[in-house]
Amino acid sequence: MKAVYFASVRERIGKSEEVVSPPPGVITAGDLVAWLAGLGETYAHAFDNPKIIRVAIDRHHVKHDALIAGAREIAFFPPMTGG
Amino acid sequence: MTTTIRIQAGDFDAAAEARKLTDGRRDIGAVVTFAGLCRDEGGSLAALELEHYPQMAEEEIARVAARARARWPLAGVTVIHRHGKVAPGAQIVLVVTASAHRTAAFEAAEFLMDYLKTRAPFWKKEHRADGSEGGWVEARDADDRAAERWAD
Repeated sequence: MKAVYFASVRERIGKSEEVVSPPPGVITAGDLVAWLAGLGETYAHAFDNPKIIRVAIDRHHVKHDALIAGAREIAFFPPMTGG
Repeated sequence: MTTTIRIQAGDFDAAAEARKLTDGRRDIGAVVTFAGLCRDEGGSLAALELEHYPQMAEEEIARVAARARARWPLAGVTVIHRHGKVAPGAQIVLVVTASAHRTAAFEAAEFLMDYLKTRAPFWKKEHRADGSEGGWVEARDADDRAAERWAD
């Protein structure tokens, strides 16, 4: 699946998107955040406060307990500040 | 019922957008136009840079607009949100709502803005007047509470 990052998450990881292949035990959006946080120092920094991280699956907001099976694009970003 | 949603780098003309909703119609009694502008934060801010999630930004605003249409009898809705660098004093966001009566137009415009703030995938980064990078604007709890008051 494609992971895309925005704002502070993008800056901290140092890229805006990449293809990721999480292991079978990663089932929910929250699992994926925890797994990404373990990929290295930049990821740990990007996800140092996992509770505030927002997730969108195929461009729809989801909660951390949402299942990621079948997702093509999963986005990770801080709370939004538009408007 | 006309719904127009645009994400664009350039500026917009609020009056012209409002006129587009009412042109040729005789059933609209109320038009509310809201424009959000970039503040200079007491002179400390040189610019805001707005990052967005393309496609999702349009789609999420369309979902919010659909909720507004389901809730209020609206004749038209226009939402324009800019991205990229915006200088103090410049416009960032426009919401126009049209209805037969003012209550629906006022309430729907507020609803749209409250939901845009908390659901539309945009992020503001500050550029300081002293040349330093100001960092990302923090989301405000007050914006979450403003959106929550519309929960049905």
